[in-house]
Amino acid sequence: MSLSIAMTQPTQRARIGLVLFALALLLAPWIAGQAGGNAWVRMLDFALLYIMLALGLNIVVGYAGLLDLGFIAFYAVGAYLAALLSSPHLLTQFPALAAALPHGLHTSIWIIVPLAGLMAAGFGMLLGAPTLRLRGDYLAIVTLGFGEIIRIFMRNLDRPLNITNGPKGISSVDPIQLFGVNLARTQDILGFRVPSVYLYYYLFAVLALLIMFACVRLQDSRIGRAWLAIREDEDAAQAMGLNTRRLKLLAFAIGASFGGVGGALFASFQGFVSPESFSLNESVAVLAMVVLGGMGHIPGVILGCVLLAALPEVLRATMGSVQQWLFGQVLVDPEIIRQLFYGLALILVMLYRPAGVWPASREAAR
Amino acid sequence: MSALLQIEGVSKRFGGVNALSEVNLTIQAGQVYGLIGPNGAGKTTFFNVMTGLYRADAGRFALAGTPYEPSSVHKVAQAGIARTFQNIRLFNAMTVLENVMVGRHVRTRNGVWAALVRHRRARVEEAETRRIAQHWLDYVGIGELAERRADTLSYGHQRRLEIARALATEPKLLALDEPAAGMNAAEKLQLRDLLEKIRNDGRTLLLIEHDVKLVMGLCDRITVLDHGQVIAEGAPHDVRSNPAVIEAYLGGGVHG
Amino acid sequence: MDIFIQQLLNGLVLGSLYALIALGYTMVYGILRIINFAHGDVLMIGALIGLCAIHLLQSAFPSLPNVVVLIVATLIAMAACALLAGIIERVAYRRLRNAPRLAPLISGLGVSLLLQTVAMLVWTRNPQLFPQLLPLDPIEVTSGDITHAPAITNMTAIITVVIAMLVMGGLLLLVERTRLGRSMRAVAENPQVASLMGINPNAVIVLTFAIGGALAALAGIMMASNYGSAHFYMGFLPGIKAFTAAVLGGIGNLKGAMLGGVLLGLIEALGTGYMGELTDGVFGSNYQDVFAFMVLIAVLVLRPSGLLGERLAVRA
Repeated sequence: MSLSIAMTQPTQRARIGLVLFALALLLAPWIAGQAGGNAWVRMLDFALLYIMLALGLNIVVGYAGLLDLGFIAFYAVGAYLAALLSSPHLLTQFPALAAALPHGLHTSIWIIVPLAGLMAAGFGMLLGAPTLRLRGDYLAIVTLGFGEIIRIFMRNLDRPLNITNGPKGISSVDPIQLFGVNLARTQDILGFRVPSVYLYYYLFAVLALLIMFACVRLQDSRIGRAWLAIREDEDAAQAMGLNTRRLKLLAFAIGASFGGVGGALFASFQGFVSPESFSLNESVAVLAMVVLGGMGHIPGVILGCVLLAALPEVLRATMGSVQQWLFGQVLVDPEIIRQLFYGLALILVMLYRPAGVWPASREAAR
Repeated sequence: MSALLQIEGVSKRFGGVNALSEVNLTIQAGQVYGLIGPNGAGKTTFFNVMTGLYRADAGRFALAGTPYEPSSVHKVAQAGIARTFQNIRLFNAMTVLENVMVGRHVRTRNGVWAALVRHRRARVEEAETRRIAQHWLDYVGIGELAERRADTLSYGHQRRLEIARALATEPKLLALDEPAAGMNAAEKLQLRDLLEKIRNDGRTLLLIEHDVKLVMGLCDRITVLDHGQVIAEGAPHDVRSNPAVIEAYLGGGVHG
Repeated sequence: MDIFIQQLLNGLVLGSLYALIALGYTMVYGILRIINFAHGDVLMIGALIGLCAIHLLQSAFPSLPNVVVLIVATLIAMAACALLAGIIERVAYRRLRNAPRLAPLISGLGVSLLLQTVAMLVWTRNPQLFPQLLPLDPIEVTSGDITHAPAITNMTAIITVVIAMLVMGGLLLLVERTRLGRSMRAVAENPQVASLMGINPNAVIVLTFAIGGALAALAGIMMASNYGSAHFYMGFLPGIKAFTAAVLGGIGNLKGAMLGGVLLGLIEALGTGYMGELTDGVFGSNYQDVFAFMVLIAVLVLRPSGLLGERLAVRA
């Protein structure tokens, strides 16, 4: 059954699946909170951010088949933009600005998020324009280089003008305020005390759903087919009249914009940004999520995200105590185990299940 | 009557080798035109030059009276030349129907906004695309295979799919690179019937082929290339008995 | 002027290292048309194994002269990495020879992560002190004056360059004059035909990886000797830069890799040095890595075939 038919006439099974998914999404934080307290809910929040990122990368890698190893750069752009526009940093650097804005620089999230998306898309096109005609492996390295360049600049643009505050990063970033409600504070809703991590969860969940919706719509459209054609055989696609250059640029820009949006949310959520959050390891982590889940297949990508984002927390909880029990102390840092899993996941998936752990039905139907 | 495809003076060198020297080709609308020649004659090179895959060192190209610069493959396709590949290049992960729907890309408009919002015009265009794609599948005779994955088809059916996909672009000229390659006699007959049907419906076809019998039986006119040069041009029976052609295929010094 | 000489010297050392590493990339690319992402991390493992070997030798044979310790340790590391590289090919790449392009790339990424993880487990995340067994006393190349410090180098640096040149020369001889080298070139051109000629393509491919691995280990130890430390992430940047060098010189082309390596080292050293001078240290060595990336992007966009390479595609 091809995806396009599934989308135009959702079957009974698909409908049930959607309802279950919605239910799971709604209840997840409460279940997680019971199991592990606020820390686990926070982990879900990060998982949602990763989902937004991974869906963005999925468009680039999964749909259009372009291996972008510097994807995290767009996340960084969004994050730093948010940080600069809603923290005291610029005001402390430029007294003229401080004088002009006596109440401080507190740009609304309604402006920051779209702006971050646009700016990231702009960077995406800037990077893509000269490089998208490169072959797959070269493109991978070039994008990797670009990601690193961005990180180096973020880390060093504290001289001559202190824009990014160098390795120290920018802190005191405003939390998100929605309709007057400050998401960083526990709020009273209908008599319940709802902690901040729960509030952020629902916000991120809504945005993630929007992005998912956009991805599904794109996938099953003329543009989505065009991307898939390019991924399958670029020469044949060109021979059918597809302007592959422009289509690739489009995929890049849209994917980048999702990354930028995620970055802006991340900055506001975490309250500070530093260059070390945006290293190659993060790009690879997001790539691992896309690859593991099944390139191009949205439910698979989400599964990949949840698995790989939840992993460090689960490991921390289990490995920590297992090692404690076995050896009397924690020998191996769970972070290291996480990286081990990433590496193994990438290799094993490529060798044995290149269509991902949960591939699209069209892929599996051989 | 101006020709559908008029190509003059095409030359191409690869390093020290003259792959093509001053090749001319003129195709009238509604014709089936054949391009043959021994191995290495430059047929595929010419094909690739004509469709924008290679850049010629010299040459003038015109389609339906309008000059075109074969500088980019997709522009050539947009102008109206659709091609198939010798080694069949389908979009393997897509279904048969979706492959042909990609063929419709160049004649449709739905963009990102249409994809996200699915307004009325977008839905209409999408339904039309699906319908026309199915039409072409039926036309080449594999209509019932629409939902199969493209790479699960038999070789002969894959070839038909490729042709259907090319036809979906509504080309002025359908250019086929060795469509009968790898086919057995029965499949070749079916292919010939299909190509005749396409011609009878008013399309213009250009064929590179090794199977001389197929070409002689199908084509209205033929150009013969050898070592990058045109050594004969004309109707099949003229070309067949042309001594230069015989010599090119059989080698010099053989008589009879 | 002294900046020039100093940076020239620095650039030569850097360049020799890049050239050695670049050879590994270019050879693998020439034969398999893939970028071996794990190559930089093989360098890292080589340096760390060398470190262990040095410690072992020094404690087992305390009277051994430093030079001998270094040589033996280097040989051990080279052998180990040759083996490692061969294993990597067998496990992570062989099955993917006919897979779409992205697959070996992603698999290589996975191997890279794995190697780093193993390094973290065995040697921890902290930089390890690397014994500098060759003399580090400054040797003046130009005499200074009141305003300028003299340009200096040291034995370690000189030996680095000399060894690198010798090894590269040896490799060229191997590839161009010996039967083995001919086999390698044949498999790079056309594996099927090569096998018809009685050459075992798999064996040649493994050997290619092995040679690359050994060279990387050599470069890793020399790098660690020059800078005095080794750590789990030390292979990443040199790896990328060496790849840039390989592309700069023309990927698949051995002489190109050597030329590209030396050139990149010079560009990096001179560029950083002068930029530091011009901007009074504001844009200096902290932007060093950006140079390599800029060169990479520039080369790939403007002249992807590199300086000595052939055109990769016959495109219009």
